[in-house]
Amino acid sequence: MNSFGNAFAWLFAPEQWSGPSGIPARVLEHLGYTALAVLLGLVIALPIGMVIGHSGKGGFLVGAVNALRAIPELGLLILLVLLMGIGLLPVTLALVVLAIPPLLAGTYSGIRNVDRSVVDAARGMGMKEGRILMRVELPNALPLILGGLRAATLQVLATATIAAYVSLGGLGRFVIDGLYLRDFAQTLGGTIVIAVVALALEGLLILLQRLVVSRGLRRNPTRRRDRTVRPVEIAVETA
Amino acid sequence: MNWLSRNIDAVLELTGYHLVIALLPVLFGLVISIPLGWVANRWPVARAILVPVAGIMYTIPSLVLFLILPPLLGTRVLDEINVIIALTIYTVALLVRSVADALAAVPPHVIAAADAMGYRPVRRFFGVELPLAVPVLVAGLRVATVSNISLTSVAAILGVPQLGSLFTDGFAVENYDEIVVAIILIFLLAMVFDGLLLLAGRLLTPWARAGRAVGAAK
Repeated sequence: MNSFGNAFAWLFAPEQWSGPSGIPARVLEHLGYTALAVLLGLVIALPIGMVIGHSGKGGFLVGAVNALRAIPELGLLILLVLLMGIGLLPVTLALVVLAIPPLLAGTYSGIRNVDRSVVDAARGMGMKEGRILMRVELPNALPLILGGLRAATLQVLATATIAAYVSLGGLGRFVIDGLYLRDFAQTLGGTIVIAVVALALEGLLILLQRLVVSRGLRRNPTRRRDRTVRPVEIAVETA
Repeated sequence: MNWLSRNIDAVLELTGYHLVIALLPVLFGLVISIPLGWVANRWPVARAILVPVAGIMYTIPSLVLFLILPPLLGTRVLDEINVIIALTIYTVALLVRSVADALAAVPPHVIAAADAMGYRPVRRFFGVELPLAVPVLVAGLRVATVSNISLTSVAAILGVPQLGSLFTDGFAVENYDEIVVAIILIFLLAMVFDGLLLLAGRLLTPWARAGRAVGAAK
């Protein structure tokens, strides 16, 4: 238990809270890597998932991209760094590869699972296909899309820790440096900061999900009929 | 790929370690999450505690959990037991809600029918409710298995020997072959075990196919 005492002593030492290698700077760096990769992933996966989900063609692509999840992130990161040199680009590429599968699966299954009668009603009202996609299918698909976004963000945040192993910054710096210097207080202190940031981000994303999802789509877990799970949701949310 | 033929023995040994570290947690996780899921389904209070706790555990990054466990358990950082326990925690966190939800989704008339046939609660659970939860369980187990096989490699940073060790070693000596071989092997292992679970799920739920066949014949 003394390890934790030392870790907290490290954590609350004033020198950890200022300067370019202090905790606040590292948190921002870490969130920066994460945001960049998730945004790039969204730019790629959201339109593709929407088109495939709306047209129903190319569903095999989602399955193929899903197989990317089986690629070990540490290996991919190291390979890209050896190929491209140390820098933000290889790390971001590796993180984007991680972010795409949950985002694509969430968008695709979100759009696919929109009640067909709702889409038909929109079509019957004379809405054009593009408008149906944007105004009907997209809002109805939001719970699963945001589930995918949550899964992608947390996975990228977790993996961004490893960026420090290939000489980048971020919160992994404390963990890796501590391991090299045999300074376990720094390693453990760093892991505590990462855990807190991950939990805070998860909380924010859950809040976002509550705020943007239409009230008619919310499920109430205390109501028995709302508790039925579809494997698709598990696959998306826990990816 | 000369590198592989020269190092085949070491690669096979690391593959063995890798599978033990990645798959034991799937087994442990399954065994632990079934009773926990049952409890969560049975008592709303238990559910209100277990499901959020599972969510929180699942949110903690793997490298963090690998490193927080040693001081808690009194183990050394490079002991594989930390990784096995961490991955077991993830597997339980992933499965517990699925099990609870799947059990809640068993239609009341099915339970009533089993009761009427004289099933006692324990036999009803293993003979009726649990089999009906198999599709959801298998979906969760597949996600857990694929992610465990991939996450295990992260433990190489701590010096726990498994296929991920080829990444750190290959990085140190800039050996591309070593890294590519390990990526492909880990990918293939994940695909193979994912496929095996899919197959096991199909074999365990023959009624699902029978239902589809009837539906198609209509």
